[in-house]
Amino acid sequence: MSAITRDEVAHLARLSRLALTDDELDHYATQLDAIIESVAKVAEVAAEDVPPSSHALPLTNVFRADEVRQSLTPEQALSGAPAVEDDRFRVPRILGEEA
Amino acid sequence: MTMVYDEALDRFEPVLGLETHVELGTKSKMFCGCKTAFGAPANTQVCPTCLALPGSLPVANAMAIESTIRIGLALNCSIAEWCRFARKNYFYPDMPKNYQISQYDEPLCFDGYVDVEVGGETVRIEIERVHLEEDTGKSTHMGGATGRIHGADYSIVDYNRAGIPLVEIVTKPIPGTDRLAPEVAKAYVTELREIMRSLGVSDVRMEEGSLRCDVNVSLMPRGASEWGTRTETKNVNSLRSVERAVRSEIERQAGILAEGGKIFQETRHFHEDTGTTTSGRSKEEAQDYRYFPEPDLVPIEPDPVWVAELKAALPELPSVRRKRLQAEWGVSDLDMQAMHNADAFDLVEATVAAGAPAADARKWWMGELARRANESGVALAELPITPAQIARVTELVASGALNDKLAREVLEGVLAGEGTPDEVVEARGLKIVNDEGELSAIIDQVLAANADAAEKVRSGKIAAAGALVGGVMKASRGKADAARARELILEKLGVSE
Amino acid sequence: MSLIRKTAAELGAMIAAGDVSAAEVAEAHLDRMAEVEPKVQAFLHVDRETTLEQARAVDARLRAGEKLGPLAGVPVAHKDIFATRDMPTTAGSKILEGWRPPYDATVTARLREAGLVILGKTNLDEFAMGSSTENSAYHPTRNPWDLDRIPGGSSGGSSAAVAAYEAPLSTGTDTGGSIRQPAAVTGIVGMKPTYGGSSRYGLIAFASSLDTPGPFARNVLDAALLQEAFSGHDPMDSTSVDAPVPSVVEAARNPDVSGMRIGVVKEFAGEGYQPGVLARYHEAVKLLESLGATVVEVSCPSFTTALPAYYLIAPSECSSNLARFDAMRYGLRVGDDGTRSAEEVMALTRAAGFGPEVKRRIMLGTYALSSGYYDAYYGQAQKVRTVISREFQAAYEQVDVLVSPTTPTTAFRLGERTDDPMAMYLADLCTIPSNLAGNAAISVPCGLADEDNLPVGLQIMAPVLADDRCYRVGAAVEKALESRWGGPLLKEAPSL
Repeated sequence: MSAITRDEVAHLARLSRLALTDDELDHYATQLDAIIESVAKVAEVAAEDVPPSSHALPLTNVFRADEVRQSLTPEQALSGAPAVEDDRFRVPRILGEEA
Repeated sequence: MTMVYDEALDRFEPVLGLETHVELGTKSKMFCGCKTAFGAPANTQVCPTCLALPGSLPVANAMAIESTIRIGLALNCSIAEWCRFARKNYFYPDMPKNYQISQYDEPLCFDGYVDVEVGGETVRIEIERVHLEEDTGKSTHMGGATGRIHGADYSIVDYNRAGIPLVEIVTKPIPGTDRLAPEVAKAYVTELREIMRSLGVSDVRMEEGSLRCDVNVSLMPRGASEWGTRTETKNVNSLRSVERAVRSEIERQAGILAEGGKIFQETRHFHEDTGTTTSGRSKEEAQDYRYFPEPDLVPIEPDPVWVAELKAALPELPSVRRKRLQAEWGVSDLDMQAMHNADAFDLVEATVAAGAPAADARKWWMGELARRANESGVALAELPITPAQIARVTELVASGALNDKLAREVLEGVLAGEGTPDEVVEARGLKIVNDEGELSAIIDQVLAANADAAEKVRSGKIAAAGALVGGVMKASRGKADAARARELILEKLGVSE
Repeated sequence: MSLIRKTAAELGAMIAAGDVSAAEVAEAHLDRMAEVEPKVQAFLHVDRETTLEQARAVDARLRAGEKLGPLAGVPVAHKDIFATRDMPTTAGSKILEGWRPPYDATVTARLREAGLVILGKTNLDEFAMGSSTENSAYHPTRNPWDLDRIPGGSSGGSSAAVAAYEAPLSTGTDTGGSIRQPAAVTGIVGMKPTYGGSSRYGLIAFASSLDTPGPFARNVLDAALLQEAFSGHDPMDSTSVDAPVPSVVEAARNPDVSGMRIGVVKEFAGEGYQPGVLARYHEAVKLLESLGATVVEVSCPSFTTALPAYYLIAPSECSSNLARFDAMRYGLRVGDDGTRSAEEVMALTRAAGFGPEVKRRIMLGTYALSSGYYDAYYGQAQKVRTVISREFQAAYEQVDVLVSPTTPTTAFRLGERTDDPMAMYLADLCTIPSNLAGNAAISVPCGLADEDNLPVGLQIMAPVLADDRCYRVGAAVEKALESRWGGPLLKEAPSL
């Protein structure tokens, strides 16, 4: 039985904003299936009582003081932009509204 | 389709939920040192971090953490002993990283409550969580007919707002509000706004978006025990809209349910112009935000001693303060409500602190000044006059140097930018005529000009003296002391009361 | 001896003494690059004039009496994943082609401040995802020992540049072995410092909780000098450690292992390891014993699950970190014909701008973080991470350092594993545990495998913030082996 279906890969591609062709979907479905099967080995480690680590080092409470620092100039900020209008980033039309 | 409100409430019970976003008034952004000023030129308050340039990293603003904990404490919350930021992943052009740094299952503050007064009753709103996150940039939609997102040709984005600290306050579901649901929602947001102000953590201006509200509403048939499907209405940007959005959503849902229809869990948008909501998102796929602990930041572990200190140092909270002021000023519930609605507590309290009697302070702010603020369409606090100046005017009235009519003229002068009350009195020559000789001369003129009236008084019709006093006030252009003028008139005509 | 054969320490001393100028040193390396780059292709970006300008500026600073560090005037090549404000920064991806950052990474800025001269930006696997540098969107880089073989990855441009004498020093990043593995297969020294010991600010993120900047050099002391120049606490990186650490330069100058306890990781040997690699590794362990160290075998059974845990954690973080490449604010934009939506343009751009390995990992990470799978994959991987850290801690109670081969095999041939991701991932088998636990680990050359005459690396792992132990043991191995070989291993490399 495969760990991941082609439809699931298509869903992942949509979630990841990757416009993949049908051939690519087939190709990735096969590869991801093999990889997922292999990484599923993590389940073999008995770790019910083990806390997860998101970091290697147990640092806490790293903050900065509420102080203003120099921002970029608008020219610097916009220097890499694919399109600019009125000192703003020009982007293609936005579908729907989110949060 | 929609059902009128009263009928809807006859058949259904509403359950509310409110998610409120408060932009903190920190000097710098949540995760970088950019300024947070409102209305700055586009993309002048951005840096590698808040533009999500490759390689940039966030560092959390200590003041934002402190403010959030203070908000939690003011809302009677428990403060987490240990918690983390998490990434909320979704793509959207106004969110530079395409994930928002937020908090997921480990909020900074949780399990609190706030009491609000509605219709003379106290309603306890339970708070589920208070967490810290970052704001997004702002898109302007170009082309198309409406300037709205739908039908636009393209958009332009300003990231000045991206990364401003945002505190999200989420209530637990609020059942049992019944017909008062819209008022309860409004009272809750009003109370939050005042709490934020008293804490000094935000300017909470709904019109500038520093206080934003999402309203969740569901209905269940009367007598049912299971709550209905809720909708989340966004874009509710004024206190009045909070009330209207709840009402409108109750009417809409009731209409659908009454016809045997189904409510879909969805995001809806409130429209100020029509007072109604429309469906915001028609995605068949449920959002999957793929939250995970933010690896670029380390956990927060607030020192309990510090939290206790913050708690001890909280300012007097608005509900406590209102009770105290009402007792001190000895005013009715109705007057308190009027002052509350007019946002006049600070002004009246400051005026009293500057030496005015409470009754006078309230009279001026809620009377003459409220009228003028209303005329100019500004808030009371925005009038160009200070509590100390009002206190001075009441002092001049009390000392007899001004009467109410003159005092109103003085206020007019101050509001017109002519200077302090004393300067206006001097410049406009508004002092009551206290010189007996001058007053006597004016009275003589008036008696001579109104011989008939004078005769009536002399013959015992003392009521006719009113017209003579009026004449004196007119001749003195309001500057005479009316009571003294009456005494002198009667004296000159040889009668007594 | 020509300038390019000198060590960084020697060059620094000569420049400080005024025997040679920084500009002359830079020029010598630029000339070498002009000569061998057509074969090696270690660099993505070279700008002779900018480099010489920097070198002349350093010469001026030195003439003005400015007190700079021991590497002032010495050239360095940066992995093209560190932001540089005067050079393009691409992360080896088409999606960032031509992007010029308006700011410097902390590593870049500190090395500029210390007077190092940037020779250029080196090639890498796209977004540091790979073990061969074949995943670069621009071109592969070749191993100076055998041009048909890979230079390791992801920092393969940096390892090849140093091994080919194009640069005395280079920077890299190590997320699962991306410094140590390339160092091992090109016969040079590569160090992954303790996580948090060197700043990630300005390093284009692959997997935030694992990415670690580190040095490449042809000898242990040079690596220590470079690490010391760019590490230390950085308030711009919340995960940066603000604690005093023992000097790595002093440790590198003190190659003494007598009385040290050295643990041999039992799980990292045997099946799947090239016999020539194991032979050199075992000799190195014996050598350490002969130098006065106590050697014991240590078992860390969970290390075998480090690879699957890594291939859940790193892709998960990368799926989120790479979301910012969306065609809106910088970089490539594809398909914006005025009718398509932002969502469509994002998807077309990302499909065109990312290579296959990056797409694979983004989708794998998206999968592992999805609701319904999170606990079984990402959550479980984070627990495995805790288990691995605990095994390291238990081991370090018995020994001062752990050793293993750096890689199971020597450099493989270009194209050999490109169609088999799982085979490619095996190259990082021995290096990944240190990334998951955040501890320090170095790779030093320990000879040539008999089968193919290609370099073998010895990995030395030390506890968190004990980077000095890696350098001390590494320097001891280097000193003993070089006296046996009559010079550095690299002198065995064929001339280019």
